[in-house]
Amino acid sequence: MADAVDVVVAGAGPAGAAAALVAARAGLRVLLVERGPFPGAKNMYGGVIYPRVLDTLLPDWWDEMPVQRWVTRRATMVLAEAKALTVEFRGEDWDAPPYNGATAYRADFDAWLAGKAVDAGAQLVCSTTVTGLLRDASGRVTGVRTDRPDGDIRAALVIACDGVNSFLAKEAGLYDEWSLSHFTVGVKEVLALPREVLEDRFNLTGDEGLDIEILGGTQGIPGGGFLYTNLDTIAVGVVLSLAGLRDSGRRPEQIIAALKQHPAIAPLVRGAELKEYSAHTIPEGGMDGMPGLAADGMLVAGDAAHLCLASGIWLEGVNFAIGSGALAGETAVEAVRAGDTSAHALRRYRHRLDDSFVLANHRKLRGAHKLILGQRAQTRYPELACGIAQRVFTVTDPQPKAGMRRWIHAERKRAGVRLRDLVKDGWTGWRTFG
Amino acid sequence: MATVEFRVAERPHITVDSEVCRSCITKACVHACPAQLFVPTSDGGVLFNYEQCFECGTCYMVCTGEGALTWSYPEGGHGVVFRRS
Repeated sequence: MADAVDVVVAGAGPAGAAAALVAARAGLRVLLVERGPFPGAKNMYGGVIYPRVLDTLLPDWWDEMPVQRWVTRRATMVLAEAKALTVEFRGEDWDAPPYNGATAYRADFDAWLAGKAVDAGAQLVCSTTVTGLLRDASGRVTGVRTDRPDGDIRAALVIACDGVNSFLAKEAGLYDEWSLSHFTVGVKEVLALPREVLEDRFNLTGDEGLDIEILGGTQGIPGGGFLYTNLDTIAVGVVLSLAGLRDSGRRPEQIIAALKQHPAIAPLVRGAELKEYSAHTIPEGGMDGMPGLAADGMLVAGDAAHLCLASGIWLEGVNFAIGSGALAGETAVEAVRAGDTSAHALRRYRHRLDDSFVLANHRKLRGAHKLILGQRAQTRYPELACGIAQRVFTVTDPQPKAGMRRWIHAERKRAGVRLRDLVKDGWTGWRTFG
Repeated sequence: MATVEFRVAERPHITVDSEVCRSCITKACVHACPAQLFVPTSDGGVLFNYEQCFECGTCYMVCTGEGALTWSYPEGGHGVVFRRS
């Protein structure tokens, strides 16, 4: 039976939209299938996109992209019991082209990007769930099954961009080593404040935005927190290790509530009205959690391929989804034109990823996930950092200032950090981030 | 402004086999589900309400009971919708 289309893309998130855009631009017949009523309907994240990857795909993207605020200030906040240490960078040139990062609503952004694929000739079908793979006798993927009447769609190639749960990658046998330790859950509240109040409170002017990443403050559950500014809302939430959450006996919403009550956060969210509470799981295992990326007749991209970067200071997902989706699209064009979509031919996708920022970053930051979610980085180091800062800034007259060496020693004892571990983690951190 | 809406499907996309849950001592789904949709019952089982599910996957990932949960996405156009208000 002839294929109805060349490529069917499951999921119209950033990975799927980018794959469809590239493939359709090259003249392939592309069907983009989305289970939500519109692209982005099912998608939730903290709130910041780093769109540098769009420079080649959609030049001048910043004239069109639906943005809430341009991130001009990046802060990292370390929380201990009733203490906080914040390092903040302000970059005024991030408020002008070519920009760096932006807060955006996914309902806006994903719909916009999928619209670009449609403009390029892809056909978008929403409100349609892909329920499984079509395969021939040899096991080769020949299309997808959907929940529409007569909903089987045959294609030369399937690109699975069906998100973190990727039932398609699992069905194709690409996730042979699934582990709970590779996943976290992000829970978020979107809180409304009148725009003038928000701008006064966060010292923002015009369309400038602030991005705060938080270490500590998750009640001992490995993870982190965040606070991002939109136009007239703030997004505040936590990302929690699923194993840690399971063993804690605590509810995720309790962890957000505790974060919002921390003296460093409470004044920032005071009086804001809850508009949305939501949750999504996140693939954080990096290279260790990555499934096989190609099967006969199928490629996997975005969260479905575990291509989300969670490395402490760099928390990026949408750009990795777009990057991997675009490379899947390029590989699709090459394979369909050559008439060979076997797993052997599709290994070119992995090569492309290896040569791009997507896997170069994942290779380099392979150890970051374990370091950041480790017990010392989660609870002892925040205590240590805040304790040292407090000693540095406490005036002890009539005692003279003890000096950095003694302060560090005393705080190390108090926080229960052994010098050996500090040196070891410092070295790992330097090798990872250096 | 962002908001969350649920377009409830007729058929539940997740089902729970309470027989399996009765022998589970952790019942991690009860506290881990971000939407609080799992409720322990007096006979030691678990009751699940699918209507306000975020479709995140936390429950099946933390579940240790073999065959306790069957998990799929709701039919197209249904379930959670994160949208602009």
